[in-house]
Amino acid sequence: MKIRTTGTLRRSGALCAALAAVTACGSGDGSVSSGSAGGTSFEGRGPITYVAGADNTGTVRAVLDRWNRLHPKEKVTFVELPTDPDAQRQQMIQNAATRSDAFTVLSLDVVWNSEFAAHRWVDRLPEDRFPLGDMLKPIVTTGMYRGGLYSVPASSDGGLLYYRTDLLKRAGIARPPVTWAELKADCARVRKLPAARGMACYAGQFHKYEGLTVNFAEAVDSAGGAVTDAQGRPQVNSPEAKAGLDFLVGSLKDGTVPQEAVTYQEEDARRAFQSGKLVFERQWPYMYPLAARKDGSSKVAGRFAVAPLPGLHGPGASSLGGHNLALSASAKNKATALDFIRFYTSQATQRFTLAYAPAAPTYEALYQDPRLVRKYPYLPVLKRSILHAVPRPRVFGYGDVTAAIQREAFAALTGEKSSASALRDLQRDLRRQAAGK
Amino acid sequence: MVTTQNLPGSVDRPTATAQKRAAGPDARGSRRRATSGSAGLAALLVSPTLLVLAIVVLYPTIVALKDSFYGTPGLDPRTGFVRDHDPFVGVDNYTGIFGEAGERFWNAFWNTTFLTVTTVALETVLGIAMALIMHRALRGRAVVRASILVPWAIPTAVTGLLWRWIFNSDGVANALIGRQILWTTEGFHAKAAVIIADVWKTAPFIGLLVLAGLQVISKEVYEAARMDGASVPRQFWSITLPLVKPALLVAVLFRTLDALRMFDLPYILVGAQKTSVETLSMLAQDQAANVRFGPAAAYAVILFVYVFLIALAFVRLLGADLVPHRRKGATA
Repeated sequence: MKIRTTGTLRRSGALCAALAAVTACGSGDGSVSSGSAGGTSFEGRGPITYVAGADNTGTVRAVLDRWNRLHPKEKVTFVELPTDPDAQRQQMIQNAATRSDAFTVLSLDVVWNSEFAAHRWVDRLPEDRFPLGDMLKPIVTTGMYRGGLYSVPASSDGGLLYYRTDLLKRAGIARPPVTWAELKADCARVRKLPAARGMACYAGQFHKYEGLTVNFAEAVDSAGGAVTDAQGRPQVNSPEAKAGLDFLVGSLKDGTVPQEAVTYQEEDARRAFQSGKLVFERQWPYMYPLAARKDGSSKVAGRFAVAPLPGLHGPGASSLGGHNLALSASAKNKATALDFIRFYTSQATQRFTLAYAPAAPTYEALYQDPRLVRKYPYLPVLKRSILHAVPRPRVFGYGDVTAAIQREAFAALTGEKSSASALRDLQRDLRRQAAGK
Repeated sequence: MVTTQNLPGSVDRPTATAQKRAAGPDARGSRRRATSGSAGLAALLVSPTLLVLAIVVLYPTIVALKDSFYGTPGLDPRTGFVRDHDPFVGVDNYTGIFGEAGERFWNAFWNTTFLTVTTVALETVLGIAMALIMHRALRGRAVVRASILVPWAIPTAVTGLLWRWIFNSDGVANALIGRQILWTTEGFHAKAAVIIADVWKTAPFIGLLVLAGLQVISKEVYEAARMDGASVPRQFWSITLPLVKPALLVAVLFRTLDALRMFDLPYILVGAQKTSVETLSMLAQDQAANVRFGPAAAYAVILFVYVFLIALAFVRLLGADLVPHRRKGATA
């Protein structure tokens, strides 16, 4: 959170000192460090680092232990960054700006791929070295930039509709809603039940932050619109996009979505659903095991299930989350790094990490594995969600795009602007950004 | 706390000047004697300090200044890669604040000024009240002092999280006032949330410095006032306030400079890119985070100049007031 001009040098210097023991930071160790993207030669073997956000579940350490046991001469050290994604991105950018070799393999949020590729902070990777064909297709696109592979998907994420099975059943509803109209109709029936007194119908993440971009893009895509088209041009001022935004705005107005949902981030929405305040909620898979806990922390354990997100005329489209592994352009020992990325993104590793924590794997086969499905019942639904998913805009100035989306969508949600004028302003902003100004 | 490193010079330099001025003419005279005797030794003794200052203050400031004259490299449509070199744009980043893109800058500028004025004013009033209580409290004095200082001891980031819970949609604040205000959404209530949290946190700081000032006022002055039949409010306005003024001014100066660089509290309590509470520090950070180091540096330099001017104004005020006051105290 410091300004680069004063903080970068000292920060990376300290990092260098801290890592000197393991990474031979800044000192030649005989390996050949390669040039910029395009003609990267992946040479040099030796110790490297893996850079990712805080490892709260112990999964990363377990995977690194496995690798380090197998490769005693090419040890990987874990550089643990803060949980906050912005802080992670910033430290990675600082590392790239100073051309430091302290960071080797980077765990990128999927929306950073274009930015890191366009700035040549990460190397273009050889596609034939990774089993991309076994992965779900929308997930693979998150690692591509202008037809080249810059990061390999290690985990994915897709939105799901969590719903209260007990209440739906009692209201005589056989299956979860597929369209928004059905969702509202189901709510009306459920809310007539005495057990549902005081409950709100639906919520997502509508606070003015990245989650709002996710929810807005999902609403637009689920109504048949698009934030950007295949060429990356903004297309947000369309009747379909308006229908999507109108669903969110209208739901807040008619009370389908509670007013306080404009302050909801993931955890707020999760608390609301787990304490029995919501009939439906749009949420990531991470909530599933937490809401299913029987230790009293969740009031809805055993009384909920997941479905694909609803849309305007049929099933909706989710945004895509997840993390991809990329290779820092200024790193050393790139041959080892490439092997490590292969190892970390392999099917075997993803199966192994699922034993530690819930996740959205990138391989199709893992979604059908009966043992995994027994442990994580959301997997088959998640696969359908991801197959219909639309990645958030893949542009190199993503930070500005998401800021503009958050600003205009929030103004529409809080009634400061009509949805039509919010979308018109958003289209103008996005077009200006795409034009380079 | 985070932003302290942005502009390290802004706080240090003026206060050093303030102390120099506070030391009065005696110090100035003795220094002249010392330099005429052993100028070489003096220079040698000061040089490590100057060197450190040059590295941690001068160098970053100059680099920031240089950066502020460069723009953001665009995307080369042919290769799809961002160009290698930052284009030199002269003073465009500065003149940009008067153009179309300046709207956000001026919003941040007014937010910064508004938050500074309101928080410092409230903190001063509450701080003096706290100091008077801490000064008077006889029984349980230690407990009162400790409990008043607790907010100041809590890191700002933690304060931000704490108040975010209080201002949650179903948090304590809403439960107390009995209606639902969505504090962390855009609007004046977001400003109010930041002001409340900041006052809670830093009023004790002013209280502490004022308390130090109160404790050096001798009891005899009050006894004499009582003999002359001065009422309690009169004693406060005519004795306490004038005598505590030097300490109070230093406290207010510190708080003002700190508040102008406010970053972490609104950032954590309300969030990034919130029009209602975005300060200049947050704007500069946001530009830097989006890899636009030129505008970021320009905003940081403008903030630096703004802080510097206000500090200068304060020091003039302090200097004009402090020196004659001290001299009077010394002769009495």
